[in-house]
Parts: sequence; structure tokens; C-alpha cells
Amino acid sequence: MSIVIQDLTKKFGARTVLNHFSWTVERPMVLMGPSGCGKTTLLRILLGLERADGGAVTGVETPAAVFQEDRLCPQLTAAANLVLTGHGLTREEAETELRALGFGEADLALPCARLSGGQKRRTALLRALLCKDARTLLLDEPFTGMDAELVAQAAAAVVRLTGARPAILVTHDTAAAALLGWPVRQL
Amino acid sequence: MARKTAERIAVIAVWLAIWQLAASALGHGGLFLATPVQTLSALGALLPTAAFWQRIAFSALRILAGFLLAVAGGLLLGAAGSRWRGVRLFVEPLMQLIRAMPVASFVILALLWVRGDNLSVVVSFTHVLPVVYAGVLAGIADTDPQLLEMARVYRLPLTARLRYIWLPGMFPSFCESCIAAMGMCWKSGVSAEVIGLPDHSVGDALYRAKITLSTPDVFAWTLVIVVLSALLSALAARLLRAAKTRLCGEVRS
Repeated sequence: MSIVIQDLTKKFGARTVLNHFSWTVERPMVLMGPSGCGKTTLLRILLGLERADGGAVTGVETPAAVFQEDRLCPQLTAAANLVLTGHGLTREEAETELRALGFGEADLALPCARLSGGQKRRTALLRALLCKDARTLLLDEPFTGMDAELVAQAAAAVVRLTGARPAILVTHDTAAAALLGWPVRQL
Repeated sequence: MARKTAERIAVIAVWLAIWQLAASALGHGGLFLATPVQTLSALGALLPTAAFWQRIAFSALRILAGFLLAVAGGLLLGAAGSRWRGVRLFVEPLMQLIRAMPVASFVILALLWVRGDNLSVVVSFTHVLPVVYAGVLAGIADTDPQLLEMARVYRLPLTARLRYIWLPGMFPSFCESCIAAMGMCWKSGVSAEVIGLPDHSVGDALYRAKITLSTPDVFAWTLVIVVLSALLSALAARLLRAAKTRLCGEVRS
């Protein structure tokens, strides 16, 4: 199974964001490009949240995503957020992975509204990676707000938990992209 | 905190003193304005009587029944109104009419349709409904659209969306409207009883006190209504907070 993007075009008014863009993603890949070049728009089209003006997309099956914003339920703990979208994920599994990304016992007891920006981002990343029925991963700037050490840990988790599933990870961080070791496509 | 409480007590004491002075100045043994002492002694005389508690139970049961029916109706109509524009357009003129109508006009009309005993149910229902309906509509509009997108992407079932996204989103506005409506339903419910005069009701007692020129009793019953309204509003706020914690899986920190 692979994500096939054919001749995709998207305009916002007079501005063309995606111009006859084609790409086949058979395994995890990194998408890089300058700000405003349409990376996020592309992911939103793949997720079915935005309609393209032309072209076609196939192969995005039961996706899991990291959005530009964290989009966590603020009243729930980090683990409860992961379980909510995990399609069979247990609380223990969620907490084990959260601990591996630096969450302490006190952090695990807090509602997401009380977590730091970096902790929220790690939770949002793990939500996508641990979603058990996800066959496609679309990760938009998942390392935002993390320091170098955390980026290294998070990148290792991304590689380990993504496996061979088709995935697109959008980043502007060349160091993070290098840590992943995935093929890079420029937009 | 202690300072704020002391300030509040001091302000209340000053107002009580003003009330006492004004009542003494008007004279006539409290005929036109009962003193705080006369009011409290009238209340003291009412409290141990069974009739007092029967009247409270009679009115409270009916007014609360109207309130609960209106909350259920407001939830249903609000949810339908935010889902279907046609429902909103259809319901809106009725809500505006109810909001604009004086309680007295409504009571007189309602007396043609229902028995005096159940008048306060109908009147509190109709006065609470638009408030809760507006609160539900506003609450649903306040629900975070980004979380709804997330729920769609992650294929969350409807029950999970309701519990973890819609309910937490709409609760602040819904709670606010319910607490405001609780106060309103007492005012409108007792007003209806004063006009419809159902036996054994608080409104009936208030009216009887007025026609017998028992001003301290009028003040005492008014005080009872104010206290009941405040207590039930506080109880509603507490119950709604507890419901939010339980229903929305909220973690206390």
C-alpha cells in the first residue's frame, strides 16, 4: 500500500500553493520546503480536511496525524488522550511510551491543559504513532518546541513506531530529518 | 479571602442599618416598609409551621419540574438548532416572543390552558427554555473546531466525540445559562402563583400577606424566595460541575 498523489493543484485566491504536484510514498519519507510552500496544505488535503482544485490522491487509509497545533483534549491526561484515539491502545502502553519520552509520574497525572508546550507536542506525536489502526502517518512539524536531546529521543520513537508504514513527516529542521534517516523530498 | 468576607459582611450590615432607618422613618409600625427585625420575627413565626414547609414543597416541586423540563427541551432544541439551520430559523421567533413577553401576560394566557395548580410548571418552563436554548447554541458554537477535525481524522465514535469534545466545549455556556435560569424560574414561577393563586403555594401566601396588610410576612416570604433561589442556583452550579468532571473525564489538578 502506498500514498499516490497525482497532479495535485491547490489555489487560495490568486495564489497557487500546490501546482500539479505528484508524489508516490511507499514508505516513511520526509517532506521539506520553505514556509508557505504548501506542506501543511498538502497534509490537510491528504487527510480529507481540505479539497484540492485538481488532481487526485489515493492510498491514505485510516490515517493518524500530528497537526500543526497539538489538538489535545485539555481536560484529559496525556495517557487518556492517547487511549482515546488509540483504537485499542491500553493505558499502560500509553504511559510506557510517554515515560520513554521524558514524562514523570507527576506529569502523567496532570490534565493536558497543565502540560508544557514541549510535553503537549510529544503527546500529540505519540497519539499519531500509537494509533493502533493507523495505516498511514502524516506528521506536521512534530518536533516543534523540543530541545535537541528531546528531538533525538522523539526521532528514535518515530522511526521505531512508524515501521514500514507509508508516512510523510513535514519538517524544516534538517538536523531532525537527518536523525530519521528517511528519504527527503523537497516541495 | 478573610478580608473580602469581612468587607462583604460590613456592606450587608450597612444596608441593613439603612433599611432599619428607612423603615423607622416611614413609621406606621412597618405597614409600608417592615423593619429587618419584623421580617426576621415573621420568618421565625413561619418556620416552625407545617404549612410553611408544605408551601415551599408545593412551589419548589412545580418550579423545579418546569426548570428540568426546560433544560431537557433547551438541550434538544439547541442541539437540533445548531445541527439544522431550518430548526434554528423556525424556533427563533418563538424564543424571541417568550423573552419579550411580560410574565403577567403569559400567566393570564396560560390560565386559559392549564389549571392554576400547574401554572408555575408552565411559566417556569417557558421562561427557562429560551435561556437554556441560547446557552446550548452558544456552547455548541464554542466547541473547538480543531478538536472536531482531530476527532474526524482519528475516527472517534459519536459517543467519544460527545463526551470528550462537545460536552466540555458547551458546558461553560450551558452551566452559566442553567444557573441564571434557576434564579429566573423562581421569579417567574412565584409571579405566576401570585396571579394564579394555586392553594398551598408560596405565591398564594405572598398574596394573602399582601391583602391582609401583613407587610412583615410579605418581606419574610420574599426573603424565603431569594434564599431558595440563591441556594438552588448554588446547588445547580455544584451539581453541574460534578457532572462535568464525571461526564467529560476531567482530571482535577
